[in-house]
Amino acid sequence: MSKQLLKGNVAFAEAAIRAGCEAYFGYPITPQTELLEHMSRRMIELNRVFLQAESEVAAINMVYGAAASGVRVMTSSSSPGISLMQEGFSYIAGSQVPAVIIDVMRGGPGLGNIQPSQSDYNQVTKTAGHGDFHPIVLAPANVQEAIDLTVLAFDLADKYLTLVFVVADGAIGQMMEPAELPPMRELPFERPSWALTGAFNRERNLVNSLYMGVEGLEELNFKLQAKLAQIQREEVRYETQFVEDAEVVLVAFGTAARVAQTAVQRLRRQGLKVGLFRPITLWPFPEDALAEVSERSKALLVVEMNAGQMLHDVRLVAGIHTPVKFLGRMGGRIPLPEEVEHETVALLEQLAVAV
Amino acid sequence: MDTVVFKQNHVQPLEKITYERPSSLCDVHTHYCPGCTHGTAHRLVAEVLDELDIREDTILVSSVGCSVFSYNYFDVDACEAAHGRAPAMATGVKRVNPGKIVFTYQGDGDLASIGTAEIIHAAARGEKITVIFVNNAIYGMTGGQMAPTSLLGQKTTSSPFGRDAQLAGMPIHMAELLAQLPGTVYSVRRSLHDARHVLQAKKAIRTAFEAQIDNLGFSVVELLSSCPTNWGMTPNEALTWVEEALVPFYPLGDYKVDERLQGRKGAPK
Repeated sequence: MSKQLLKGNVAFAEAAIRAGCEAYFGYPITPQTELLEHMSRRMIELNRVFLQAESEVAAINMVYGAAASGVRVMTSSSSPGISLMQEGFSYIAGSQVPAVIIDVMRGGPGLGNIQPSQSDYNQVTKTAGHGDFHPIVLAPANVQEAIDLTVLAFDLADKYLTLVFVVADGAIGQMMEPAELPPMRELPFERPSWALTGAFNRERNLVNSLYMGVEGLEELNFKLQAKLAQIQREEVRYETQFVEDAEVVLVAFGTAARVAQTAVQRLRRQGLKVGLFRPITLWPFPEDALAEVSERSKALLVVEMNAGQMLHDVRLVAGIHTPVKFLGRMGGRIPLPEEVEHETVALLEQLAVAV
Repeated sequence: MDTVVFKQNHVQPLEKITYERPSSLCDVHTHYCPGCTHGTAHRLVAEVLDELDIREDTILVSSVGCSVFSYNYFDVDACEAAHGRAPAMATGVKRVNPGKIVFTYQGDGDLASIGTAEIIHAAARGEKITVIFVNNAIYGMTGGQMAPTSLLGQKTTSSPFGRDAQLAGMPIHMAELLAQLPGTVYSVRRSLHDARHVLQAKKAIRTAFEAQIDNLGFSVVELLSSCPTNWGMTPNEALTWVEEALVPFYPLGDYKVDERLQGRKGAPK
């Protein structure tokens, strides 16, 4: 396979197909609609399931049905649609069936706008629905990573029987970059033993999130928590640049991390000791790795395209010993590298004065 | 397998089984109240699954309401949908299991209120599923609140002065509504208030499943049912109220029968 110029949304869709996605249910919403459009053509060509649902609420419940039937299934949406899907996320989590969600985030709250944003960090990592659960949340920063993490999302969903989100802001969904697609995977011949396929020559299967008894529901929750703890131990992913000797470490994900990376590279060329810490899994958040970096550095600067959502997770890790500053743009505005550089330099100067 | 044996007389040995539990029903007690017709509806569906020999190919999508535990009672693969979303979940199940028989079992709060978008669009798409719609004109599971199907003047725990059209609008006729959609191949209303109507209901349920077996489109059977507990009546009074109040407002009949279903058992002559 060689590299080709791919739009982020198309890359998500084609990567899902090649990862063995057998069914897609979605609803149009900017800025992810090209994903649905690509699926509408390719899935039909491949004799797989594509359906444009009547709403995001219906789409996620169709995903739930297909997931309960044991096939690789996906939906995609953008922030307001993700809010609508929360009911389904909670049921899918409670039933422990695998599903993949692509969220190409836009500005909020309300109808907000269709510009790139990281407005869903809290929604996807912490409040994806009622009850105690967290989806695995993967955050690509370029089109190649959008492909790689989409494939990984299906594998993790199956491995842990869980919801996996791939979250990108609208910029990653809309931009074109050279990227390489993986080869097409063979679809599995058999469904998992728990799947709904008709109780032919076996005991019947039940996919359910209802436990009327206190004992049963608490037991389920203990199981879910044990699974989440295992995911926290084994599935943390992040990237660091120049953190070894950095006095100030920028913490950012997705497009904000690319902007921060540009700023870090420019400042390094000026001889300033700055680094970048980029969470790739937003949940599980790379707490231990960031804590180590935080202890070595003098201050952290969190850069986000929101009012400071990941900021709270960073502060929890940094504690009271390492100062944490924040630079955020909202309303769909992407921070400029110059802004980030300016803020970083100002922070370095403050630290110098303090010493 | 437990067998209920009705004694033909007190002298002869009990050899002939005249009535037993359908194999598509689990051997468990249900949570339904005494006199509730959910049990009748369950039995009719199970008998049809047995007679069509499709139990091992069938997947049930339960709903929310009194029917929430129906997955405990049907001996088939099953899942439990969110409130009102059973037709969407059934769509997901059916699309990836096109050779299987998928049915939802929903009450009137689930289907005719919170789940209207899902039921309308499943019908509009001609989704090849069967819907058993149990209409007892009340929210049973939450303790007797007004439903979209509650009659005008009907007193419930959330319409204590009786349903007022100015406040709450008019009750919805779902069988007629769903019949308007081109994807629907079978939409009928039956009642469970006496033996004759129960037998008619069974024939309709059979036709609805046959429509799915033949891959024709969306099929729905609305069953007028009793809720003695929340209506504040004895079981017999409740059956009388079905006949005298519900049936006149919700006329029994065939609102859509695709021509390919004509002439079958349960279809109009």
